[in-house]
Amino acid sequence: MLDMLVSPFAMGFMRRALAGCLALSVAGPPLGVFLVLRRMSLMSDVLQHGILPGIALGAMAAGLSLWTMGLGGVIAGMAIALTAGWLSRRTGGREDSQLAGLYLLALAAGVALISAQHSIDLTHILFGNVLAVDDPALFGMAGVATVTLPTLAVIWRPLVLESFDPGYMAATGGRGGLWHLIFLVLVVLCVVSGFVALGTLMSVGLMMVPAIAARHWSESLAGQTRAAVLIAVASSYGGLMASYYVNMPAGPAIVLTAGALWVVSMATGPRASLWRHAAPSI
Amino acid sequence: MGTVTGTVPLAPSLMRREVRLDHVRLLQGGRLVIDDLSGAFLPGSLTALIGANGSGKTTLLRAIAGLHPLAGGRIQGGGPRAVTLLPQGSQLDRGFPICCQDVVALGAPRLGWFRPADAAQRQAAHDAMIRVGLEGLEARPVQALSAGQFQRLLFARAMLCDAPMILLDEPFTAVDTATVQTLLSVIKEWHAQGRTLIVVLHDMDLVRRHFPRTLLLTGGGGNVWGATASITPSLAA
Repeated sequence: MLDMLVSPFAMGFMRRALAGCLALSVAGPPLGVFLVLRRMSLMSDVLQHGILPGIALGAMAAGLSLWTMGLGGVIAGMAIALTAGWLSRRTGGREDSQLAGLYLLALAAGVALISAQHSIDLTHILFGNVLAVDDPALFGMAGVATVTLPTLAVIWRPLVLESFDPGYMAATGGRGGLWHLIFLVLVVLCVVSGFVALGTLMSVGLMMVPAIAARHWSESLAGQTRAAVLIAVASSYGGLMASYYVNMPAGPAIVLTAGALWVVSMATGPRASLWRHAAPSI
Repeated sequence: MGTVTGTVPLAPSLMRREVRLDHVRLLQGGRLVIDDLSGAFLPGSLTALIGANGSGKTTLLRAIAGLHPLAGGRIQGGGPRAVTLLPQGSQLDRGFPICCQDVVALGAPRLGWFRPADAAQRQAAHDAMIRVGLEGLEARPVQALSAGQFQRLLFARAMLCDAPMILLDEPFTAVDTATVQTLLSVIKEWHAQGRTLIVVLHDMDLVRRHFPRTLLLTGGGGNVWGATASITPSLAA
């Protein structure tokens, strides 16, 4: 039994996938917590679809080079994030519908571009492939985590204030837009770095689902962040195990595991859960 | 970073500040809400900003704070760094996972990025919470506060900000009488310290009793500005 829990990681590719996913589990969920608090959950969808055309163009330009595909993804992700923000400011209102329109277009454009190249397996790009987590991919994930955590620590306080009360920050001379932009860059980097293992459709899952579940475990921002990281770590391990034994792409397996933990959190968590609402107040 | 034109360097905290409006025009959602408004909020003045819903009160406050673009005219003496703006409480996410003392501490100007609040700032935050009657609730999450307690908390934060000009947008909406009394006393304290205050209000009785000056926005042009006693009789109807 114990052997079953460990033996998949005797293989190098599984170890690399686990190391990469653990790096993402540490870096992504704190960003996810802020995305939830800033009511930008839908924006994460836009980003994960938005990077697809960039990755496809990167592949067209330089073949299956991870760095060009990653660079294309980062450029496309930032472009769509800034476009979405600009559109909502300039045209006012109905931001959710504009975001939905943007991500559908980006997804369609990305799939069309990738389908035109027969050298790329669309399934691997969309849903991830643990076998493909080679050293450059692993360094990418670990590197992004290494950049993300200290940066987030530096911008934490202004980002909290800007998330809680953007008007107050602006009125007191804080540069809310700057923190927002740095935050967006971190989110795009995390989404792009995760696409090799988790796929572009799923890489936001490891960021968002643990963050959504964490709401049921703590009333403080730090507590929610810790809970989100723990849930993501558990999801990474559980998902990779499921992926190995059930022969499923890693992305969906990890996100489904996170989903199961979300259901558990929603049902039994100490805060705002079904169990708490059902229990009589003391 | 940002515009420098027209703003002054960081002022001594209690510098008396005048805000002058010259033929100000403001649009909200493409609609003209304020047309050709001129006048001044004198240094150290306490002005009630009144008018019907949609007459542009919030828009004017935001414009003075430098958060809303002018469609015409100009505003001197406002802008970021000079001003603390308290938005309507309902505009904030009261489910945000943050505790009371952190909200208050975030009001302190130029708090270091990594550095936790120092002893003086913690003491100031503590004093502010006592002043608004929230003693003992330092560690309570904001989502557990009532509407009145939440408003007291925002006042405590504004106290730490120490700005020469304070803009309050409907501070007394949905709060109980005891809270109104406490918050009024804080407003009077700020007034006595020489700060310039503009307060959006709907309660005419409060305006008459506590606010020496009034600006009545009528929507478009024809706004009335002056001593409260000279303006409010015309509102009796």
